[in-house]
Amino acid sequence: MAGRETDTPIAANASEPAAAGPMVDLTAASEVTAADVPPAILAQSLGQYLRAWWQRIRGGDSGVLPVLLGIIIVAVAFQIANAKFLSPQNLVNLFEQSSIYMLLAMAEIFALVLGEIDLSVGLVMGFGAVLVSELVQPQGFNWPWWLAILATLLICSAVGAIQGSFVARLKMPSFIVTLGGLLILEGVSIIVLGGSLVGIGNSHFSNEVFVYNLFWGRFDPAVSWILLIVVGVIAAGWEWYRSARRRRSGLVAPPASLTALKIIVAAAAGILVVALCNVNRAHFGTIEGLPYIIPIVLVVLATWTMLLQRTRFGRYVYAIGGNPEAARRAGIKLPTIRTWGFVLGALTAGIAGVLFASWQVSITTNIIKDANSYVLLAVAAAVIGGTSLFGGRGKTIHGVLGGLVIGGIYNGLFLIGVTSEWIAIVVALVLLSAGTIDVLSRRGAQTRA
Amino acid sequence: MNHDPGGAVSAGASAPAEPLMKLRGIDKHFGPVQALYQVNLDLPAGQVTGLCGDNGAGKSVLVRCIAGVHQADHGQIFFEGHPVHIHTTRDAASLGIETVYQDLALADNLDIVQNMFLGRERLRRGLLDEDSMERAAAETLSSLRVTTVRSIRQPVASLSGGQRQSVAVAKAVMWNSKVVLLDEPTAALGVVQTGMVLDLVRRLRDRGLAVMVISHNLNDVFAVADRIAVLHLGRMVAEGPATDFDRQSVIEYMTTGTGRLRAPVGAVAAGGSV
Repeated sequence: MAGRETDTPIAANASEPAAAGPMVDLTAASEVTAADVPPAILAQSLGQYLRAWWQRIRGGDSGVLPVLLGIIIVAVAFQIANAKFLSPQNLVNLFEQSSIYMLLAMAEIFALVLGEIDLSVGLVMGFGAVLVSELVQPQGFNWPWWLAILATLLICSAVGAIQGSFVARLKMPSFIVTLGGLLILEGVSIIVLGGSLVGIGNSHFSNEVFVYNLFWGRFDPAVSWILLIVVGVIAAGWEWYRSARRRRSGLVAPPASLTALKIIVAAAAGILVVALCNVNRAHFGTIEGLPYIIPIVLVVLATWTMLLQRTRFGRYVYAIGGNPEAARRAGIKLPTIRTWGFVLGALTAGIAGVLFASWQVSITTNIIKDANSYVLLAVAAAVIGGTSLFGGRGKTIHGVLGGLVIGGIYNGLFLIGVTSEWIAIVVALVLLSAGTIDVLSRRGAQTRA
Repeated sequence: MNHDPGGAVSAGASAPAEPLMKLRGIDKHFGPVQALYQVNLDLPAGQVTGLCGDNGAGKSVLVRCIAGVHQADHGQIFFEGHPVHIHTTRDAASLGIETVYQDLALADNLDIVQNMFLGRERLRRGLLDEDSMERAAAETLSSLRVTTVRSIRQPVASLSGGQRQSVAVAKAVMWNSKVVLLDEPTAALGVVQTGMVLDLVRRLRDRGLAVMVISHNLNDVFAVADRIAVLHLGRMVAEGPATDFDRQSVIEYMTTGTGRLRAPVGAVAAGGSV
């Protein structure tokens, strides 16, 4: 998929002139002994590349492997427990539920990569849901849907800017700032609600209907296929062009067969998802087609991946997470980057909030109080996806993959009739085990260095 | 001052007429603590100057004054014969002065290319131009013959100490720099890796850069330095061609501030009085 280039195993095409220089062990120093040299150096074929990848995993940099294993385990285990789990109806339902976790995890990743934590994402989402619902009420503000959404996203970003400024300028621990933030947001949200509920389900008001459709709407099956083909061809073409260009100019690039494999796997996944979504999933009547929510999540994923992997801002986020002192000496303005990290996290949580309002249809005080539990899920999804709790390591795609695992666990446990208190325990255990993997792989990387 | 470094240089064998960088009468104090007193120092192009001194002698403060981290209270800095004012690290960088700090200012999670361009990324249409940066980094590394790294796309965390130091040095010379300051470049390195870094220092000199190496390790200083300068309690107590010194005389200068050169060449000695 696009934006994954920095994820490629360390390998270089030793036959290429530009890369050849640094590759060869030159000095009589011979400080690199044979045992030190992993096959990664000479990886030119797919087989060698995969071996290099395995070496890297053993070296403590596991990447997305644990989360892919997690997805398989969740799928197999729940399918054995309940044959409905992998049915098209349930899978589409699972994608829809997971989308909220995915968005929140993508929001959390900004803070985590910076080496901070944002405990407020769940309540920023809750607050955003209240705002957008109130703003489109015909008896209240009666704003058009686009203005309501825009205002909601701006206000959520402002919340992030305030929290980020406390962290970046006053150098307060982000744990404390966002803990305070979440409590204030909970209070403010409930005050704005005014003890009643606010809903967006009235089909007589077009603005309410628009917000409702963000989560519950879907493309026509034919449109779904066309969309997949257009997006797929563009993404695959771009990925192929870029890696081919790098190979041609002798830069570090994966072998052509690996690029082809990636494109095939991504295309297969896309076809599978659209095929599942195009199955009629209604008990009566017709509900079929790709839910809007899936492209929405993919657009957020693509945008943030581009921002974090391909721009200066993104590079600085990683630098600050890896070594703030090095970043400072490189002339990077740490407070600015940190503040923007919190702004973008809150913006993403605000997008989740708009979709959350759409999902819940009506927001009540209890739902707001409940929104807090989503923080745990957001952090869990990000960490399960492969983002480090210690800063500097993590990608937006981790939030999507981890969100799918969390959504799968929730959905599966619910399907087999486990009560919510047990679900909470299971999710917490999954978070702890992902954290353990993170700590151990970090330690592994250190002892190796 | 009671000695004249200019004279010392001209007494040396192959010193150029005008050093690339000259410091004259640098004073620096932090509150009541006087860290540097009237320090004079020359950094000629194409030579390695070893700066020695015991803990607290003011070596790091002097480096930071040149690098723009601190500003001297008094004194003048001449760069290519012109007086210059270095207020910030950016001023230093724009003159071509780069510093490699003791604690290796590299981000472990970034790869070699990303580290070498950190803060000065090349852009194309608003996005990072990875291809051009990777090519330039590979050229710099191979021109310095830093070739033990497996791939310039590997994270710095996976490098050995010597390789990391090499990357830090390569990062410093990448920007057409004219002066490179190395703060304890061999601290915490093994014998072989130390040799690797010292080779690299010699290559910088051969490129015509003015190099200053700050080190506690006299073996390293004598291995690479063309000139030696010794600080004692904030004063420059000796400065001259490395051939004028031996280990014993440097240690005497470092510990007592006075000493006797192996082959005294007139004005170089601090005169025995502090």
